[in-house]
Amino acid sequence: MQFITDNFIPARAHVKENQEAFGRFGAEWTPTILIVDGDAKEHHRIEGFLPADDFLAQLRLGLAHAARSRGQFADAEKRYRELSASDNDVAAESLYWAGVSKYKGTNDSSALGDTAKAFSERFTDSPWAKKSSVWKS
Amino acid sequence: MEVTWRKDIDGALRDAKESGKPVLLDFSAAPM
Repeated sequence: MQFITDNFIPARAHVKENQEAFGRFGAEWTPTILIVDGDAKEHHRIEGFLPADDFLAQLRLGLAHAARSRGQFADAEKRYRELSASDNDVAAESLYWAGVSKYKGTNDSSALGDTAKAFSERFTDSPWAKKSSVWKS
Repeated sequence: MEVTWRKDIDGALRDAKESGKPVLLDFSAAPM
């Protein structure tokens, strides 16, 4: 839980105490976890229970999304690459967004082609491989 | 280490703006 306190400001809305927040943020089920910035802009949503390791990977993915949204593309790419290198449920998605972040940070379209090529070797059956297939040169 | 979850969401958002840390917002039905 140190990871949470180091990286987030944790806040909780209980279904019996704060229905206003459920409506305001569009939470329709519990547990729902959102990663939002100080302007209440949502960067990541997790719906339903996850085991601890999977939950942690989702939190890391959310931090990468938040960095990308802030335009911190190098930081975002680094976070996505770390996730894509490990064995978790977000690895394929992270590989995709790593390519996007590199492209947005450098404006070098070869980042997208390289990502599509990487998907021909890893996560070949994932939806993210299909999404990247349009980048094949 | 126990996480201290704040109930004051608007206060958490204000602190997020100042600190640069995002808010981890948990919508829960668990006993409190």
